[in-house]
Amino acid sequence: MTEYAPYPRNSRAPGNFPKPEFTFRHGEEGVATLALQGAWTKDHTLFPEVVRGLETLSRETRVERLLFDTRELSDWDSRFVTVLLRLEALCHKKGIVFDLNGLPSGAMRLVDLATTRPSEEPVGKQEQSGFVQEIVHNGVFALVRDVLDFLEFLGKSSMASLRFVFGLSSFRKRDFWVLIRECGTEALHIIALVNLMVGLILAFVGAVQLKQFGAQIYVANLVTVSMTREMGAMMTGIIMAGRTGAAYAAQLGTMNLNEEIDALSTLGASPMEFLVVPRIMALVLMMPLLYLYADFMGMLGGLTVAVGMLDLPFTEFMDQARLAFSPVDLGIGLFKSVLFGFLVALAGCFRGMQSERNASAVGLAATSAVVTATVAIIATDGLLALLCDILGI
Amino acid sequence: MRDEAEADSKRSSSIHLMVEDLSLGYENNVVLEGVDFRVRKGEVFVVMGESGSGKSTLLKALVGLARPDRGRILFHGESFWGGSDFDRKAILRRCGVLYQRGALWSSMTLAENVALPLELYTDLSARDIRDLVSLKLGLVGLTGAEDSYPAQLSGGMQKRAGLARAMSLDPEILFLDEPSAGLDPVNAKLLDDLILELGDSLGTTLLVVTHELDSIYAIADDAIFLDGREKTAIARGKPLELLQSSSDPRVRAFLTRGGERMEGRL
Repeated sequence: MTEYAPYPRNSRAPGNFPKPEFTFRHGEEGVATLALQGAWTKDHTLFPEVVRGLETLSRETRVERLLFDTRELSDWDSRFVTVLLRLEALCHKKGIVFDLNGLPSGAMRLVDLATTRPSEEPVGKQEQSGFVQEIVHNGVFALVRDVLDFLEFLGKSSMASLRFVFGLSSFRKRDFWVLIRECGTEALHIIALVNLMVGLILAFVGAVQLKQFGAQIYVANLVTVSMTREMGAMMTGIIMAGRTGAAYAAQLGTMNLNEEIDALSTLGASPMEFLVVPRIMALVLMMPLLYLYADFMGMLGGLTVAVGMLDLPFTEFMDQARLAFSPVDLGIGLFKSVLFGFLVALAGCFRGMQSERNASAVGLAATSAVVTATVAIIATDGLLALLCDILGI
Repeated sequence: MRDEAEADSKRSSSIHLMVEDLSLGYENNVVLEGVDFRVRKGEVFVVMGESGSGKSTLLKALVGLARPDRGRILFHGESFWGGSDFDRKAILRRCGVLYQRGALWSSMTLAENVALPLELYTDLSARDIRDLVSLKLGLVGLTGAEDSYPAQLSGGMQKRAGLARAMSLDPEILFLDEPSAGLDPVNAKLLDDLILELGDSLGTTLLVVTHELDSIYAIADDAIFLDGREKTAIARGKPLELLQSSSDPRVRAFLTRGGERMEGRL
């Protein structure tokens, strides 16, 4: 059986570890000697004690020079060097000469290396600024810059989208079809599942309330109107934000990280036309179709509850649903789905292109794409509801 | 004065790339100031310097990724940053860039990577493009790897594929960012030889940014030495001549890091 040895440096059992000790000897003419005994390692040091000891000593008597006596020092590691550095800093402050000569030669070299001031300023060092300034700088300025960047991105991508619509932009058709598949057919499962559930939930919640008035049949109205006008587009938008928006941000962020986007630019091609617009277009084209599918699934969910739980006849539900259905609601829903698709793709691409060149920034870009898109969807939906109300649609 | 100007204009006919009084920086942080140099047609020009001396930033300005704060960059006398976006893109199509880590488009196969510039800027048929792609990949020793994705290749192979892509439009000038960085000595030497060979046979001007001494001595016809603290070029000339003539301690320190080995070779 091999014994677990937590102290490979000296293979001593913890029990008979020589304890670190120190004494200050104060000699003639302000010369103090710090005698160190035992092992000064990560597990055992007298860090604060020795510093306090020197402070007390220098307060009580005049110390001009600090010497070391390490003949009794049995072991040391980098923790010991941090103690020495602290002592050195203290000596520097108090004007005491810090004499390294008594130290083990390895420790002496490490202290030397660590105290050699770098000859050039560290790269990217920022000026110290106050707390308030920092808040203003990080909060307000960053927000303003973000908004301005976003507007610039919106403008550029809109121009590039126009070129796409008129067939002037250069991109790979094959990539476009792959994108269409990724945000179209491959999203069908999750759209089906979520919207079926939404339909079920709506019908279920509605049924409980409507039953009190014996008006269960209006479950059909509830499901039809809310799916076509609100929930279909909104749920699809939010799902696509989590699915495709995040994927866009991660793809573009990684491409940026690998200099793949630079490689496109230096080829004289526009990353906007090549990468951003096909992604926006794919989602904008697929969203209305996904929305119609979502409506269908939501109604199916509602129907299941109505027939299965409320014992409404199938035909009665369908008749009532047809009465409740209005082409205006469908139009509003379709319009919203296109708009939400645009917002999701825009947020994903914007965050991806904006991403800095490190792994955590790519993760951050994906997160922030989802958050941006979701907030944008809900805010836009609220505004549109208000607008429709004012216009009486 | 006039003679000088005349001689200048005569000489400039063979000057491919001219950089005048170029200053670069990021947000109030000056990286380079007043950089001047000329690259003659067909030569191998090396931008050398320690890490952090602004080599990569200079390259970014030369390939259109960072707008300079001041100064001019002229390709065949045509201003690179002075013109419109459209003009700049037109100049860029006559340039090739090999990135430090290859920067191949990771979602495309090698063949698609090399083919993309051709698809974008030529009217060649799919068949002609396929032939050209095979040729370019063959030249860099990657025959048979057409359908591999970049992630499936070693670092050296990715560099060579990047070179094939950079050369796919037969550029007049090729920019190389640390071509031998991250490669073992044998592959680094092979890549250097390959770059020289291809550049020579196609008459391409090469601008190489590097800090690899072996590469510098082996390939440079002319060079500038950038210094991070001076924020500008502090020496220029053929590196072997600089080694003999320069008295600047920083240049000497840089160039003699492999001193003994070099003397053995001379």
